[in-house]
Amino acid sequence: MATLKELAGQEELFSGGHRLCAGCGIPPIVRLVLRSAKGPVVATTATGCLEVGSTIYPYTSWKVPWMHSAFENAAATISGIESAYKALKRKGRLPVKPVSDDKDTKFIAFGGDGGTYDIGLQALSGAMERGHNFLYVCYDNGAYMNTGIQRSSATPLGSATTTSPAGSVIPGKEEYRKDITRIMVAHRSPYVAQASPHNWKDLEKKAARALEINGPTFLNVMSPCPLGWYSKPEDSIALAKLSTDTCFWPLYEVDEGVLKISYKPKEKKPIGDWLKLQGRFKHLFKPGGEEIIEKIQLDIDTNWERLLDMDGKLIF
Amino acid sequence: MADNTASKTKNSALTGNSAMALAMKQIDPDVCAVYPITPSTTVIEEFSSYVADGAVETEFVTVESEHSAMSACIGASAAGGRAMTATSSQGLALMWEMLYIASGMRLPIIMTTVNRALAAPINIHCDHSDSMGARDSGWIQLYSETVQEAYDNLFQAVKIAEDERVLLPVMVCLDGFITSHAIEVLSLITDDEAKDFVGDYTAKHPLLDTDNPASMGALALPDTYMDFKHVQSDAIAASKEVVIEVGKEFGKRFGREYGLIDTYQLEDADVAIVILNSAAGTTRVAIDELRAKGLKVGLLKPRLFRPFPHAEMVEALKGVKAVCVLDRADSFSGFGGPLFNEVRSALYDMEDRPKIMGRIYGLGGKDYTTENAVAIYEALFDVVKTGKIDTLNDYMGS
Repeated sequence: MATLKELAGQEELFSGGHRLCAGCGIPPIVRLVLRSAKGPVVATTATGCLEVGSTIYPYTSWKVPWMHSAFENAAATISGIESAYKALKRKGRLPVKPVSDDKDTKFIAFGGDGGTYDIGLQALSGAMERGHNFLYVCYDNGAYMNTGIQRSSATPLGSATTTSPAGSVIPGKEEYRKDITRIMVAHRSPYVAQASPHNWKDLEKKAARALEINGPTFLNVMSPCPLGWYSKPEDSIALAKLSTDTCFWPLYEVDEGVLKISYKPKEKKPIGDWLKLQGRFKHLFKPGGEEIIEKIQLDIDTNWERLLDMDGKLIF
Repeated sequence: MADNTASKTKNSALTGNSAMALAMKQIDPDVCAVYPITPSTTVIEEFSSYVADGAVETEFVTVESEHSAMSACIGASAAGGRAMTATSSQGLALMWEMLYIASGMRLPIIMTTVNRALAAPINIHCDHSDSMGARDSGWIQLYSETVQEAYDNLFQAVKIAEDERVLLPVMVCLDGFITSHAIEVLSLITDDEAKDFVGDYTAKHPLLDTDNPASMGALALPDTYMDFKHVQSDAIAASKEVVIEVGKEFGKRFGREYGLIDTYQLEDADVAIVILNSAAGTTRVAIDELRAKGLKVGLLKPRLFRPFPHAEMVEALKGVKAVCVLDRADSFSGFGGPLFNEVRSALYDMEDRPKIMGRIYGLGGKDYTTENAVAIYEALFDVVKTGKIDTLNDYMGS
């Protein structure tokens, strides 16, 4: 495990100068994941903020081979790339010969929550089931931010988005989030984890573990979005931390079927602490909002208790 | 009886789909990403047997949808591999988004398209609605009258697609059930001949070249987007020459030369039918019957539909007095099928152009018979006699 000083001295594989917003969670996630790989990396990205923000022709932020083809198919695209690698390696026709097996090229697909939980779920499920050797990283900012903050199945209950606005009758999104991490665990993936960019050591460790495994692995990473959360750019990392201190975003991993919680806050903070810093929840702090906040808190508490029950256990 | 004159080739009786699976085996692509759909399914079933028996070195990816099949082919081709797939009908329709991305990224992917009608109503039988729906997707389209042509076209498709002047995906179309499931005797080339003809594929800028990282599929804004489309348009227009070259080379090696169009009894014909794929064979029989009665009737069968062979069409139809274009797909424009519109547009600049009418036939597997063809020729002679077309476009047989 590199120290922060050592990390700072490493070559960046995702360069600055891109057009992602100030305070966006995506760039630190991508930088940390890319340098967790020990060997060469090939990456794909679903259509979304990361793609449009990092590659406006003729510019690119990617110092590793990178490809984007469409929105719903990052996992299918990486399947094809990884399959070509296998075939060309077998035939001795790879353009760059691997030095050794642990220097095999690693394949990483990035997608936002829209491209992962919603439109890309089928392709992701297929690729996980087929067992391709790749890591899928979801940066979850809780809505379709690239198209202007529309609700996705990752949008938290109570959140106002441009397609689930807080109106006089309907108070923002009325449904709970889909738990994609558990869906990925159900695919019997050898390694599934949740991480957050504020805890860079944990994120890097999890990415490195996922990439050393020969098989389909999945990382779900909290990604603050000042634009869509109506929060201050300088609060992003603090908001990421609060999401774990409130247990809204538990940090845990399921390694070869064994669930392990990576972070247990000494004192679990009330969800209101996290909600109140984000404009998307501001209607919940007006009269009538308490019930919704209570509902969110109850859901978080139930989920956290379940995780604590499973901690250290073989869950599949 | 064995044909002793062609020592290297052998004759075999195969269905269209078996022949396509065999051609794929002989090409031995790096990646084959597939999803089953009637009537193309047996192509991938038989290919999977070649994989299971170790007859190919292909990475066989059984994806969860046609959208992912094309997406995986796109990834594999960008990575630097030779990628192939096969589909029909709804499968091709589901790929629609990715077809444009394959051609826009200039990836030489090869696809067998076993033509089948599109829903609704759902129907598994032959028409060309599927591939005609993909006609503007930037893919080169080769059509095949027989099992032999479909088999031969697949090898040529690889060479055309991967030519540096082209670098575009190619689909080889054959008629569902009529050609895909009918057994025909065809002449096969050997595995060595196939490998030697298609050669090895070495991508110029493979994504897997981690020493020289490339970014592919970037966002192009209004200052550059149109330039990408312009060069793509030039490339598909220029591919005609490559199709001709490859067709000649195939002829030189294996005795069966291919051009952009095929004609039958057209040189001195007064009237002609323009038609794609297997129905051309039925039309040939009708022509023989009518020629025996002294009637000058002929056939023009485009082999290449994208890019469209306009000039060759004009040249071939010189001197013909009336033409009927038969479409096995409607474009729902209220003005005839896609082939009718292409041919009619091509003939516009002719000095002395023939009268031209269009008929939609054979949708959802409705039979096209020699009687149908004879009736069309009779209608065309009426047009010649009266100098008038009564009905410009119509459905035939419904």
